[in-house]
Amino acid sequence: MTDQHELRIRVPVLARVEGEGALDLTIRDRAIESLQLRIYEPPRLFEKFLEERGYHEVPDMVARICGICPVAYQMSAVQALERLFGVDPGAHIRAWRRLFYCGEWIQSHSLHIHLLAAPDFLGFDSVMEMAKTYPAEVRRGLRLQALGNDIIALLGGRSVHPVGACVGGFHKLPDKNEINKIKATINACYDDALALLEWTAGLALPDDRQAFCCVALQHADEYPMNEGRIRSSAGLDIAAEAYEQHFEEFQVPHSTALHAGLYGQPYLVGPLARLNLNRQSLPPAVRQALDATGIAFPSDNMFHSIVARAAEILFAVVEALRILEDPPDPVPSRVEVSPRAGTGFGCTEAPRGLLWHRYETDGQGRIRRARIVPPTSQNQARMEQDLKASLEGFGLQRDAAALRLRAETVIRNYDPCISCATHFLRLNLQRREP
Amino acid sequence: MTMKPRLAVHKFSSCDGCQLALLNLGEALLTLDGLVDTVHFAEAGPVNPEAQVDIAFVEGSINTREDVERIRRVRANSDFLVTIGACATAGGLQALRNLADGAGWLADVYARPGYIDSLDEARAIRDHVKVDLELWGCPVNRRQVVEALRALLFGVLPVEEKEKVCMECKRRQAVCVLVTRGEPCLGPVTRGGCGALCPRFGRDCYGCYGPSEAANTDALGRRFAGLGLVPADIARRFHGINSQVEPFLTGGSQWVAGDDRST
Repeated sequence: MTDQHELRIRVPVLARVEGEGALDLTIRDRAIESLQLRIYEPPRLFEKFLEERGYHEVPDMVARICGICPVAYQMSAVQALERLFGVDPGAHIRAWRRLFYCGEWIQSHSLHIHLLAAPDFLGFDSVMEMAKTYPAEVRRGLRLQALGNDIIALLGGRSVHPVGACVGGFHKLPDKNEINKIKATINACYDDALALLEWTAGLALPDDRQAFCCVALQHADEYPMNEGRIRSSAGLDIAAEAYEQHFEEFQVPHSTALHAGLYGQPYLVGPLARLNLNRQSLPPAVRQALDATGIAFPSDNMFHSIVARAAEILFAVVEALRILEDPPDPVPSRVEVSPRAGTGFGCTEAPRGLLWHRYETDGQGRIRRARIVPPTSQNQARMEQDLKASLEGFGLQRDAAALRLRAETVIRNYDPCISCATHFLRLNLQRREP
Repeated sequence: MTMKPRLAVHKFSSCDGCQLALLNLGEALLTLDGLVDTVHFAEAGPVNPEAQVDIAFVEGSINTREDVERIRRVRANSDFLVTIGACATAGGLQALRNLADGAGWLADVYARPGYIDSLDEARAIRDHVKVDLELWGCPVNRRQVVEALRALLFGVLPVEEKEKVCMECKRRQAVCVLVTRGEPCLGPVTRGGCGALCPRFGRDCYGCYGPSEAANTDALGRRFAGLGLVPADIARRFHGINSQVEPFLTGGSQWVAGDDRST
């Protein structure tokens, strides 16, 4: 007798990697016969819109790729274009940008932990339901999310599609009053961030150990965010410029979003990959708090991603306070840029992982070609690999509802830009008797 | 006990940034939960896309045939349909492709009904179904969404914000970047609601809230030419986030090479 379960998990609405997606799972004789995480993205063609645009238009346009991590897109873009034009805006701009980025990590990670991931581990469908049982924890999360938004708005005017960043620096930098106000807000949230880390480590996370390759930036002096060399847990060590020689994007028939591979193999980007490769670069206070959780990093349990996110929130809070202890100069807010023809590369750590940009310009600084490789595209192959291993470890004999929930939890754990859509997962279980 | 009004939040092709106007409400998100029964809001958790609702917020533009079918069902299931943001209200940045497809885009793309079902274009919600209220902005902000929701819960229509960014600049005593610095600011033709964010950051407005009332894009385009912008640059100013809506569409198209009005 053949024991075949045909599982169709459909995701009709995907965020950021927008469009339609599905998880197609076929189980035969207690083994996964096929598993495809399908993404149908109605192409938004950002790389095409950028062609012919002036370099100064790029930060405002690329922000629109993602409402949750617009800062990351702006930071990779300005870095690429400044390198292309041979401009160094100076140490103070670098520090302000790092603060800007801290805001986004805090905001994005808090949103993911509380609104998207934690309900899975506590048995709720939504944060609103979770708030009835865990009101203090949810309020703490919303406070941290608000802190992240406030930091972004300090430098960007608003937290979604901020308007402050430009090639060469910022259009405006904050004054003393604004700085003092945000410092007080950050200080008030320090204990929240500390408590959050402890809380995530105490969640009943599945023990799901897998072998995977981590890829993240690494920097000699700091926990990576704005810049660094691209490193992997398998020994890769390259500059952003060399990305294309080692990583390739390829199309798979079941997805309109490109997959990416490191020498053709799946790899992981994002908070767990960053922490696994860069734990030693954390400030002592954060490292101690992390060690106190009792969870050892590097970790090969993918579900420790939520703990890694909380650790990075604490890091971003500590880093923001460090930057503002002796605030960087407010002037000049930007340096003059003289455009020239060439090719430039930018690579920063978006909340979800490595975000790589390449631009070619003409002599006036108009974009001739652009290429953007977002983290979710890079994680796609790894997500499929994880789903397969995780579901097999979980037990394929389990009922459809349990398998679906585990599959959803695995997908959400990556904080893909399809997070919101994975709530859509619908499982149709068909048992076919021969 | 009376039933709470039922709310749905639907997403089409977008960056998710406008839904964040709700997800970034903080404590008010929990207050909202006491005011409405959110039956469908995938990013927040509740999933019931076919539910009958009193109010539907719609984010994103229509890009696929399935989108078309889906928005029709949303319309049929919703008493009051509100678009949130530039993608839903005007097609958004991705609608720039409507201008790029085909050589004769300038004259014929805009009004050709046969394109409505095309998979090759990004379209606003109103191109497919009746919309009861449009909230402009890329993204919409928390104040806009909460104001609209509060008004609707009181059974009144929210006041539409149509005046220019310039008016917000004046009220906030921001220095005019067009007059004092010669920046190609779209404030004189762009709808307020953002609080004159860009001019207050010392930079030119790029029109993310769409056209204001009585927007004179012809005059502003000529002013930009006077500032030294070449025609292609002027076209791109108007053809940005809200390229598909008049007068931004024509305001930009008339500067595209080959159009005799640019001379």
